[in-house]
Amino acid sequence: MGKLAGKKVVILGERDGVPGPAIETCLKSSGADVVFSVTECFV
Amino acid sequence: MDLQNQQRVKDVAEKFGAENVVVILGSSDAEGAEIYAETVANGDPTFAGPLAGVPLGLAVYHVFDEAIRVEADPALWEEQISMMEMVLDTEALAKAVAGMREQYSKFAL
Repeated sequence: MGKLAGKKVVILGERDGVPGPAIETCLKSSGADVVFSVTECFV
Repeated sequence: MDLQNQQRVKDVAEKFGAENVVVILGSSDAEGAEIYAETVANGDPTFAGPLAGVPLGLAVYHVFDEAIRVEADPALWEEQISMMEMVLDTEALAKAVAGMREQYSKFAL
């Protein structure tokens, strides 16, 4: 298990960068517990 | 950072304990990434939101930081993130967040 295993993870994604769901998907196997994920946009 | 999201970050830190929380950013520009990182580590620099004067000290990383990248599923990374990796200045983004983390975070991975 990596360092994120068991951690409560907050994802602050960005529409023009890396969106929240993309980060969340990639980290599913890490054992991280995603407690809040959002994608902000600056328009 | 959106004021509502500041409140949610604050709630998460209070509920689970700041030492157990890791914030991962997907910002597209280094300046914005720095402001986000500063906000969750040292408080809202604009003094507008719930994190104004609240130095949570959270561990904060950009998704392009090697520490996060190694935790990701390689196939899913390729599918979901690699395209943005080609167009963004990944090194500058990771470095911008690392600078704030080293200065203000009380915790790290």
